[in-house]
Amino acid sequence: MMVQKRDIPAGIWDSCQECGHMVYQKEVEENLHCCPECGHHRRINARARIEQLVDPDSFEELYADLSPTDPLKFKDRIPYRERIKAVQRKTGERDAVVVGRAFIRGRAVILGAMNSDFIMASMGAVVGEKITRAIERAIEEDHPLVLVTASGGARMQEGMISLMQMAKTSAALAKLDEAGGLYIVVATDPTTAGVAASFASLGDVIVAEPGAMMGFAGPRVIANTIKQDLPDGFQTAEFMLKHGFVDRIVKRHDLRREIARIIDYSGK
Amino acid sequence: MRRERAVRPTELRPLTENGHLEFEKPLLRIQHDIAALEVEQRQGGRDMSDEIKQQHARMVAKTKRLYSHLTAWETVLVARHPGRPQIRDHIDNFVQDFCELHGDRAFGDDRALITGFGRVGGHKVMIVGHNKGRDTRERIECNFGCAHPEGYRKALLKMKLAEKYKVPVVCMIDTQGAFPGIGSEERGISQAIAVNMFEMSRLRTPIVCVVIGEGGSGGALGIGVGDRIALFENSFYSVISAEGCAAILWKTHEQRQRAAEALRFTAKDLRKLDIIDDVIPEPLGGAHRAPGLASQALEQYLVDTLRDLKRPRVDTLLKRRYERFRNMGSFYDAPSEFGKSKARKPASSRAPLRRPLPASRHVASPDPA
Ligand SMILES: [Zn+2]
Ligand SMILES: [Zn+2]
Repeated sequence: MMVQKRDIPAGIWDSCQECGHMVYQKEVEENLHCCPECGHHRRINARARIEQLVDPDSFEELYADLSPTDPLKFKDRIPYRERIKAVQRKTGERDAVVVGRAFIRGRAVILGAMNSDFIMASMGAVVGEKITRAIERAIEEDHPLVLVTASGGARMQEGMISLMQMAKTSAALAKLDEAGGLYIVVATDPTTAGVAASFASLGDVIVAEPGAMMGFAGPRVIANTIKQDLPDGFQTAEFMLKHGFVDRIVKRHDLRREIARIIDYSGK
Repeated sequence: MRRERAVRPTELRPLTENGHLEFEKPLLRIQHDIAALEVEQRQGGRDMSDEIKQQHARMVAKTKRLYSHLTAWETVLVARHPGRPQIRDHIDNFVQDFCELHGDRAFGDDRALITGFGRVGGHKVMIVGHNKGRDTRERIECNFGCAHPEGYRKALLKMKLAEKYKVPVVCMIDTQGAFPGIGSEERGISQAIAVNMFEMSRLRTPIVCVVIGEGGSGGALGIGVGDRIALFENSFYSVISAEGCAAILWKTHEQRQRAAEALRFTAKDLRKLDIIDDVIPEPLGGAHRAPGLASQALEQYLVDTLRDLKRPRVDTLLKRRYERFRNMGSFYDAPSEFGKSKARKPASSRAPLRRPLPASRHVASPDPA
């Protein structure tokens, strides 16, 4: 199936970044945003994720009004305030995580999903607060917590306040653990840095989508430090499975079934 | 902030020709003037004591002026100064009967993170802290204070030992960050840091964390959850290095000074932002000029703080510790017809909703409960 790009209307076909095949966009979408040729899992935003994961019309959003401040009055090439406004307009979201209540195959859950198109789903005060509230809600209602992670790390424009969200979410998860709650992490591309080193690594069960990038330090930083090439497949979900930090690799099509199964084993 | 004791200029380590910072140049010039006067006095047999005294006074005044207006980037240079007292120096200076405990009982003994029992004032404590190394051999051995997962796991193991015997934990933070390497990722550096924060938040013994030099992001936070967070006056604590931030946001290393200012990571800024509880004063001209005095200030702070933290019941302590981190961060919380109305008020015109700080946070009074 070799089609030249200029022969086809833009936006209907595109090429898979993994296998290079020209693929029909509608077919990709119907395939849960996975390449029909090679199965490559594309990044999807929080709304699309939730729609795929939950029972139809079962999602009830929580804490949707939270929106970021600019505690440091941060300005790089553009002020943080402007950056936020622009990305809010572009994505229609107030920050990088959507949380709420939902049912997955009839099981009630508290669900959170991160949006990698919102400043790389970096974690500032709003992400930290919404994740923490979701954890607290899971404790109150004694429902399993499912967090779909994707993030470039802490949001540096909020300085140390962002870093402290790592401690805040981790401390809240210790409470959930003490309450005997179930916490399932679904790690997706990319789950890195400050989010990897906090709530994304603390699941009772951690599943990851195939090929998802997972790691703490950036690959370029590592390569510069150790002055050698990085091995193939370094910092992928498969690498994490091999080294013992992921329980299962689960294809997108199987996530609903797998999550329901784990919930049933926990008796929640 | 406690008052610093007045330092006599003769107590300061002299600046060296190749060991001084760029902004310390004027101080080096005064030091040269003093040396010249002393030579003249010795060789010429003239009494120069008034002139020398005068130059000493000038030195003190100039040092004070410089150090009261350090830029954020200059603070970074002071915090990274090779002569700055490190964990080993503080242990030598004021920890009695230090009993180092090695290894994580799983992989190895990370030299970048030191742990062990010791006594501070009258308190038995578990010391946990980054070690940057004082000479080249040691620096290489401990990766310049950048710890691997086994370092964080060793730290947690020893903290749990302390918990078992109700011994408070003292964490000394001094790192650029966790080690960025293949082994570090293979052995789960993310998980190691995450688990430490998770467990430290509920460790049933007092924890005091002090940034004695560099507080570098996750690598610092991996031993940074506790009942009190303090910074030495010229140390810093940041989500990312100024260099890294400049490279990402300004796309150039050259903007590190601006990045340093923008990140607001100095002790003074972090106190204002309510990220940290206390600032420990440094001797005149920075801790590297009088390590012994810096150690004294740290010892005094630890003795006072441990006494305060031992008073409340441990459940009260844990509740406060949780609240302390729970309340970090502000945000707007108001409904709006987002995306529907162009006339909607910008987020900035609404008042930020900030939870009140727990009253106990900055008060060193006994627990009433
Ligand atoms: Zn493909
Ligand atoms: Zn697929």
